Amino acid sequence: MNAKLLLQPSKSLVNIERRLFMKKTLSLGALAMLTGCDPTEPSVTDRILSAMSRWNDDVQLAIFSPNKLAQVYTEADITEDFPFNGYYPEAKAPVVAEEGFRLELSGLIGKKESWTLEQLRALPQESQITRHICVEGWSAIGKWGGVRFSDFLRLIEADTSAKYVGFKCADNYHSSIDMATALHPQTILALTFRDQVLPTKYGFPMKLRVPTKLGFKNPKHIMAMYVTNDYPGGFWEDQGYNWFSGS
Amino acid sequence: MAANQVPREKVYVHKLFVRVFHWVNALGMTLMIMSGWRIYNASPLFDFRFPNGITLGGWLAGALQWHFAAMWLLVANLLVYLIVGFATGHFKRRFTPVSPSSVAGDMAKALTGKLPHSATTYNSVQKAAYIGVLLAIVLTIVSGAVVWKPVQLQEIGLLMGGYEGARLVHFFGMAAICAFIVLHLTLVLLVPSTLMPMILGWVSKTKRETEASHER
Repeated sequence: MNAKLLLQPSKSLVNIERRLFMKKTLSLGALAMLTGCDPTEPSVTDRILSAMSRWNDDVQLAIFSPNKLAQVYTEADITEDFPFNGYYPEAKAPVVAEEGFRLELSGLIGKKESWTLEQLRALPQESQITRHICVEGWSAIGKWGGVRFSDFLRLIEADTSAKYVGFKCADNYHSSIDMATALHPQTILALTFRDQVLPTKYGFPMKLRVPTKLGFKNPKHIMAMYVTNDYPGGFWEDQGYNWFSGS
Repeated sequence: MAANQVPREKVYVHKLFVRVFHWVNALGMTLMIMSGWRIYNASPLFDFRFPNGITLGGWLAGALQWHFAAMWLLVANLLVYLIVGFATGHFKRRFTPVSPSSVAGDMAKALTGKLPHSATTYNSVQKAAYIGVLLAIVLTIVSGAVVWKPVQLQEIGLLMGGYEGARLVHFFGMAAICAFIVLHLTLVLLVPSTLMPMILGWVSKTKRETEASHER
C-alpha cells in the first residue's frame, strides 16, 4: 500500500458511514412507528388534551347562568391607563375610517342590511364598569358603553336558537361566542370607552364587551358578524386556547 | 428455616384506597403544579418567573390545556378519598386525636431526636401535616375554581377578595402544597422504609419490632 492510497478515504469506510446513517434513519422510523408519533399529525397527548378542552366547553356552557351578572364597579375603581392588548404591538392597531364604515351582517339573520355607526348610536345605549380578565391572568377595570347585544340580535331578527355568533375584525382577528352568552344582559356592542368614542387602541369602530368571558373573547375592530350553527372557532381558539373561556 | 432466623410477619400499613389516592394524587399534583407554573409565568404575581424547563405545556395555551384536563383527575380522586375516608372512619382513626399541645409536644420530641417512628400510627406532627396539606389542597382547588369562574362563583370569590384575591390564595395554596412535598420527600429519603408500604400496603417486621411500635 503506498502513501497516495492511504490519503484517500477508504471506500469501505465511506460505506460503513452510509450504513450507520441508514441505521439511524431506520431507528427514527421504528421509533415513529412504536410511539405512533408522526410530526405531521397531532400526538395522542394533543388529541386527548383537545378532547378535554371540548369537554370543558360543554361543562362551562352547562354551568353558565344566563342571569348571573358580573360584578359592577364605580368610576373610582377604573384602571388608569387600561392596558392595550393584541397579537401585535399597539402601533399596528388598524385605523378604521368612520366614513364608509358599515357593520356587515350574514348567516342566520332576518334583516341583513349593514349598519353605520350613526345608526348604532341612535339605538338605546347603556354602559357598564366591569373587570376585564385576560387569559394571561392579569385583570383591569374599564367602562364601556353601547348597544345591548341581545337587543341588537332581536332587532336584526337573528335566529337566537342558533348555536354561535361569529365576528370578523379589521386586524384579521376573528372569534365566536355561544348564543347563551350573546344573549346575556351584560354583553354589549361597545361604541365608547370611558364615555368617549372608542379609540383605535381599544377597538374602533366597535368591540364586543363580554364581562362573562376572558379578554380574547371580546373582539375589537369588528367589521362583520354572523350567526351560525357551524362551529366557527377563532384566532386564538384555533391555536389551542379553550373556546368557551367563560368566567 | 435456619435456627438464627427470626420469624417475620406482614404488618398492614396503608389501605388500598389510600395508596390509589396517594399515587393518582401525586401524578395529578405534578401535572397541576408544573402546568400552573407556566400559567403563572404568563403574568407573574411577583418579581420572579419559574424556569420554563421545569414547567409543562410548552406555552400558555398548552399549559392551560394540561391544567384544565388534570384538574378533573385531581378533583375526582380527592372526592373519592374524602368520601371513603369520612364514611369508613378512616380519618377519625388515623388523624385524631390531635391538638395544638400534642403537636407542640411531638415537635419538641422530634427536634430533640426523642420521637420514635412508627409505621402504623401517626404522631401528632404527622397528623397535623396531613390534615394541613389536605386543607391546603381544598383551598387551592376552591380558589382555582374562583379564578376559572369569577362570575359564576363570585359569592365564594368575595370571601377571598374577588378575582385578584383568589389568584393570591391559589398561589399561596400551591406554595403550601410545595412546601409539604419538599418536607414529605425529605422524610422519605431519611426513612426509606416508609416507601414500600405506600406501594404494597404492608411492611415485613419481626414480632419484637411490631410489639415495640404498638407500645407507642
